[in-house]
Formats: sequence, structure tokens, C-alpha cells
Amino acid sequence: MAPLRKLDAFSRFFMKLYRGKHYEVTPHTPLRLPLNRCRVALITTAGFFLDGQPPFEGGDCSYREIPNGIQTQALINGHKSAAYDERGLETDPNLAFPIDRFKELETEGKIGSLNHRHFSFMGSITKPDALITQSAPEVGQILKTDGVDVAFLTPV
Amino acid sequence: MCNQSVGLIQRAVEASGISTVSITLIEDITKKVKPPRALSVPYGFGHPLGEPNNPELQHAIIAEALVLLADETPLPILKSSRQHDLLT
Repeated sequence: MAPLRKLDAFSRFFMKLYRGKHYEVTPHTPLRLPLNRCRVALITTAGFFLDGQPPFEGGDCSYREIPNGIQTQALINGHKSAAYDERGLETDPNLAFPIDRFKELETEGKIGSLNHRHFSFMGSITKPDALITQSAPEVGQILKTDGVDVAFLTPV
Repeated sequence: MCNQSVGLIQRAVEASGISTVSITLIEDITKKVKPPRALSVPYGFGHPLGEPNNPELQHAIIAEALVLLADETPLPILKSSRQHDLLT
């Protein structure tokens, strides 16, 4: 079991130097309903995929659809990286894709419902142009068409 | 890079008319990408919700993040999780 640990010094240093995307304004969709009436979808960049779906490749901006009905054990970790210890994720995918936790919130009535599908992306994308212009807006449109009110996103 | 990817996806999904909230492991990246609402947690890569097989901790972090959806502070909101204090 991987212990809690803060980000190591090398990763912090690298992230400080990394010249990523920089924005000035933030999009805003106010919450229209109380959470206990909202339909919720999950999005992860842990690179999880399912048997029968194509695995992710390095720098891949595409996404995989994860049906709400899956068992967490069915999720395959496609995001092998030297940057972190993935044993925790493989033991418990909820660590970066908390589908069991949200099913519990649904049962407790704390959220309205879970959408019938969720989405998984790769995380290590150093050239995110296709993500910004194509795949991320596409997922936004799909979720909007599904009637989703809230998306909960987790990195890895 | 994962934290940048999450922020970029989050921006696009929010722009589609969906309220969004995310977890971040790296505040410096999130400050640049400016997604609408993010909760900063004190864990290493691979552990955005703290610990495997610790539903109680995972729920505590999720609950802190979900609260941000109703926060009326001007966006972007980048909040530090109370887990930062509990870890030190």
C-alpha cells in the first residue's frame, strides 16, 4: 500500500519550469440546482480503459467512455509512468476515478444521480492542442446532451 | 502534466454549460490554467484522493471539493484542502 506522500522535490522543480498553457479568463456555468438534484459525471486523466477498448498511447489526446455500470476491477491502468507509484491506483481505482464513492453519494441522496457514462483521458499530454480544440469540447457536448449538471475531475 | 490536462478538459466542459470541480496536486499549474473550481490536496502523483481503500478519506476530499460548486466567490476558485493541515 503506497503511503501518503507529498510531491517530491524533483517533480515540483520540473513543474515550476514547465511552460504550460496560461489563461487569463475562466469559463463559468453557475450551479443551477441543489447537488441532490444534479446529474453527475466523472472525468479522470488516469488513462483508465476497459478490455476491448484501444489502449492509450503516449501523448494521446483521445478519450475512452466508461459505462457507469462497470466494476472498478475492470478498469485497466493505461497510464504507466515513472513519475509515480501506480500500485495504489491498481489496488483501488477509486483513488483517481471515485466511481464507488459517487455511487455511495447517490445511494445516500447527496447527489441526484450518476450519468450512465463517464470519461477517461491520458494525463501526460505535453502537446494538448487536439485536447483543447477537439476531444475535451466533444466530451463537454456529449455530457451536455446526456443532461449532466456537474462534472467531477481528477488528475493522477 | 495530468494536472494541466484536467484543467484544460475542465475549462472545455464548463464552457459546454456544465458546472465543474476538480482536484489538483500542483497549485502552480492550476493557477496558470485557471479552471473554474479546484481543490488542492497535499498528495503525490497517483494519489489525488489520498489513499487506496480509504473510503472515509476519499469521501472527505470529495465533499470538500463538491462544496466549491455552490461557492459564490468570483472564479477561478483554488482552495487548499484541510488535509494539508492534518498531514503536517
